[in-house]
Amino acid sequence: MFSSSSLPIQPLCIRIIQPSNLIKRMSVTLQCPGYPEDTLRSLAERLPCRETQLATLLALMGQPDQYSYPSVFIYGHRATGKSHVVLSIMKDLELPHASVDCVECVSSGLLFHQVLSAFFGPDAAALLPRCPSLSDFVRLYKQMSSNSPATQTRYIILDRAERMRDMDFSLLPALLRLQELVNDNVTVILLSEIVWEKFRPNTGCFEPLLFHFPDYSKAELVQILSWDHHPSYTPELYASYINILLGVFFSVCRDLRELRHLAVLNFSKFCEPLEKGEAKESDIHKLWKNIEPHLQRAMQTVYLREVSSVQWEQQQMDEKEATTLRVLSAHAHIELPYYSKFLLIAAYLASFNPARTDRRFFLKSHGKIRKTNFLKKHEKTSNHLLGPKPFPLDRLMAIFYSVVDSRVAPTASVFSQISSLVTLQLLSQVGHDDQLDSPKYKCSVSLDFILAISRCVCVCVRLLDLLALSLVIQSQVVRQERSLFTAVSNLHLL
Amino acid sequence: MSEIPLTSSVSKGCFVFKSASKKRKRHVGVGGYLVDDSDENGSDRFRICQKLWETVQTNTEVIQDQLNKKVLDSLAEFIKKHGLGCSSDNWRQRAREIPTAALMLGVNVPDHAMTFRSLCNLLQDSVTPFVVSVHAKECAAVKLLIQKVLEQLMGRGVSVDEEQEDDTALLQRTQCTISALCQWYKTVTKKSTQVFPQRTESLTNSDFPQSLPVVVIFKDFEAFNSQVLQDFILICSRYTQELPFIFIFGIATSPSAIQHRLPHSVSSLLCIEVFHSLSCTQHLASVFDKLILNSQFPFKLSSRVIQVLVGIFLYHDFSVQNFVKGLQFSMLEHFKSQPLSMLCCQKQEALLSAKTLSKKNVERIRHLPSFMRYVETQEPQEQVRLLTNDEHVKEVCQKLLKNLHKYHKNYYPILQCLHSLTSSLPKFPLGKHIRELHVSCIEKNLWETEEYDSALQLLRILAKDELVAALRKCAEILKSTKILQNVLQQLEDFIGRLEALEGVSSEDSSGNGIISGKMEYQKTDLFQLQKTLLEKESRRTKRMNPFEVLRSQVIEFIDSLVREYLTPAELQPLNEVCYYSSSGVLRQRLNVTPRTSIQAALSHPFYYLQNESLKTDAGTISSAAPDLCIVYKLHLECGRLINLYDWLEAFLTVMSAAEDQDTNSEECGKYDSLKHARFIQAVSEMEFLGFIKSTKQKTDHVARLTWGGC
Repeated sequence: MFSSSSLPIQPLCIRIIQPSNLIKRMSVTLQCPGYPEDTLRSLAERLPCRETQLATLLALMGQPDQYSYPSVFIYGHRATGKSHVVLSIMKDLELPHASVDCVECVSSGLLFHQVLSAFFGPDAAALLPRCPSLSDFVRLYKQMSSNSPATQTRYIILDRAERMRDMDFSLLPALLRLQELVNDNVTVILLSEIVWEKFRPNTGCFEPLLFHFPDYSKAELVQILSWDHHPSYTPELYASYINILLGVFFSVCRDLRELRHLAVLNFSKFCEPLEKGEAKESDIHKLWKNIEPHLQRAMQTVYLREVSSVQWEQQQMDEKEATTLRVLSAHAHIELPYYSKFLLIAAYLASFNPARTDRRFFLKSHGKIRKTNFLKKHEKTSNHLLGPKPFPLDRLMAIFYSVVDSRVAPTASVFSQISSLVTLQLLSQVGHDDQLDSPKYKCSVSLDFILAISRCVCVCVRLLDLLALSLVIQSQVVRQERSLFTAVSNLHLL
Repeated sequence: MSEIPLTSSVSKGCFVFKSASKKRKRHVGVGGYLVDDSDENGSDRFRICQKLWETVQTNTEVIQDQLNKKVLDSLAEFIKKHGLGCSSDNWRQRAREIPTAALMLGVNVPDHAMTFRSLCNLLQDSVTPFVVSVHAKECAAVKLLIQKVLEQLMGRGVSVDEEQEDDTALLQRTQCTISALCQWYKTVTKKSTQVFPQRTESLTNSDFPQSLPVVVIFKDFEAFNSQVLQDFILICSRYTQELPFIFIFGIATSPSAIQHRLPHSVSSLLCIEVFHSLSCTQHLASVFDKLILNSQFPFKLSSRVIQVLVGIFLYHDFSVQNFVKGLQFSMLEHFKSQPLSMLCCQKQEALLSAKTLSKKNVERIRHLPSFMRYVETQEPQEQVRLLTNDEHVKEVCQKLLKNLHKYHKNYYPILQCLHSLTSSLPKFPLGKHIRELHVSCIEKNLWETEEYDSALQLLRILAKDELVAALRKCAEILKSTKILQNVLQQLEDFIGRLEALEGVSSEDSSGNGIISGKMEYQKTDLFQLQKTLLEKESRRTKRMNPFEVLRSQVIEFIDSLVREYLTPAELQPLNEVCYYSSSGVLRQRLNVTPRTSIQAALSHPFYYLQNESLKTDAGTISSAAPDLCIVYKLHLECGRLINLYDWLEAFLTVMSAAEDQDTNSEECGKYDSLKHARFIQAVSEMEFLGFIKSTKQKTDHVARLTWGGC
């Protein structure tokens, strides 16, 4: 168990904490009448750095038999301990509660079902009709609570409450004043990652009590992470390890859960010199030198889930082979049938070139266009910055026929390739209203991908010229855009 | 339904009668289509065809199984490992990660079904009974996805004992949650450990209390709605402690698709490992080897047909399944259209049926072009006998069939030898794949082509060790087939003699090789280089060392083999019996062009209707044509927007042009409401076919949707 005196970094932690917090910390004795003091103390110990929130919540809840505020809205970023704090209070103090994750509730009926079965047992929930409405729920709740009135405040905890906005529009306002509706001592606690302003319905509703869980500071993270130190090493060593880890990861990630995951994954590597006897525990600098590049690598691979954690651990085990793990994004190459490649290239050209320039690029005897006002003003921003534009099927086919060097019959399989490119998410269909008449598409692959493809198929020089030409024109406009220049130089290399 | 059911009713109503005639379905079967009045052995041909198709099917399945074995086994291993691992893992975050296999399958989506079927079977047999596979089409929402998973899992589990069947019947949709699945899983695993203790023991060789994983296979990952996937993963990750989930994503494009579809917060819940299946081109190559480059398989494809089939594969879909379908189609077409295809079977059977050829079929044989060519080469006396004596024809036919089989038997090993010799040459003058070589061999005399010459040139400058290695390979191929023993002997003799030469000329030949290499890469002064090379060559021939003498002997030997055995199939008498050659039909059927046929039907109605009165000249519009055709032709002359009134006027003019002669001109100016209606109907048909649509720009106009309006 964590004991504050044994940690070397503890003073630092206290220094960082704001004075007001400090005073509160000292003064918090967590004396809430009606709850056993032992449990409260152990609760406070189990929730480090969340003492103030704990105290406030307990104060809000009041004594078990007292009526509480009808609805509380708790918000804060991921992994700031919202549900952990609330659920530990509920469990440790043995309060009647129903905890529901809104992600699971694909219909409101599921939510009602879970709440009723948590409070009154599964038999009560079975009384719900097939597609229960809100009034069914309220009726049933009333009926049940009249049989067994609440001796303690009942709590309904709704995790990921932002999902409720997608459900029935009357559900959220009704739940916010459920206490009134059912005449029972019940409190609804909503947990969410977004602020209340995004929830408020147009018609207005009962305003819940807002309560913010702030992010953990760096010192707090160190304190919490140092909790699960390895039994065979001293807590000091683990704390210094955590400090090093945070030094690398704190700038990109403050998610406690993720940091914890990373800490466990890389600790064995950190201890390697110790086990080999190359360094002592006090030799922090040496240990740091050993682990730092490793952590940097972890940031690029495991953290982004390019490499799975199991693979990462395996790699650590057989380090000697120095196997370079093939990361997920390394296999970007896709084998496509011949015409699909051309279709994709045509789609790319149609998406990123203005339609006015088609005549110039794809006709052999195009009219002379004066160079000065060839591009209109609004076209002078690079199309690559603006993203792909939708184009009709006819234009795609026209470009396709002019790009493919041989004569292609408009067979059914060419058209079916377009739809299979859509299912593969290489093209995307825009606007679903008019499928029969004039479907529109967008190209959703990157320039690099197209270049790789055209490198495979480009036996004909004309197409290469075409790509290069369209790119040069665009790059004339925005000279700063580096990727275009590399692209053009790539084309020259070919 | 012998008596007429009552249709008297108080209210108005529609009554549906199932026609009794439907029950009397045709009992002819598929074979009936081949039976014609004119020929008597249709059923025989159907039988042969079906037998061949069965061998094709079993062969393709075997090939698929062999090719997928490796990746499927490693997948099963992965799942076993994680099924064990999750109980031993004790720290929280790791346990919340769902092990996920990303199975890269390539873009040939039609082939995936077979792979998934065998994967399911394998997993159910060897790892876990709880395997679910879901398709994106059925899972538009999370609710449906969960329902699908539950249905498949619990439905299967229930079939073990009847007691629970009632429960699932009562299973309401509201209870369609993963927690319900959890409950079910607990009871089932408890039961299964009680009922089949020996089975679980056999599954677990370790000390861990094995929990059977629940495998969910997402067949087409890309097609799934990403929100649905995210929600499902979030929900499942809440239950990982109780329910050991394992996901398999079937991915057609690339693994980065996962990152594109799922945000970090979700993908951090997965522990992804990538598995690659074999590429479809390799798959095709093995199917090709087994079915087409095989003398055991009597049905053959001509070069054009192969080109069509391979073209569809490479240019359009990459699907081996479709290739096999194409093969099946050409088989059916061959056996249907060629009455002599009854001889297209194994040797003994073919000889037997050749003995009992009917008079009609003998006549047919006489009309085969290849047979006629054969007849022309014979002596005049023999010619007369062949044309008059049926029995003699039958005898000759047997002999020719024997020859044909022998030709095939020799052809394939030599083809493989030649391929192994030339496939390592720079720039692949005879093609990278054996199918290209095969196509050019059966199409024309290979030794007359330029590519063959250049390949021989390159072979003539091979170094000794390369040559020996290549010859060794050839010898292996011949050894495995156990025919052409004399050729094999000669080859081994050559190898022995080559090896006996002790490093005399290795320097020369290697120097030569380098120059040839240069020739490949330096493109600037190729002409000069060639010149100098030629000079060198001519000088060299004057003082050839023993190795070079031997080498040229070897090459000549190979050349003679090619000339003897790799003759084009078309020159073989009776090749029409085995070879299916109408590539045009195949292309028309497999690579359809709906748009062109609609346009052909509309602009040349005679083409499909075959009505003499519809024959017209190119430019004119005949009034005899169907209304739709007239309207279509008129609309071709318009721009992007078509004025309906003008169109109607033009339509009426065309219509009245025919009537002008016999009726007086009074009526033609008036609007006949019948004609008006016909016009409106034709226009709405045009809209239905997708040529025009109504536009909001001008109310009395319609917009053209096809080319040309500009």
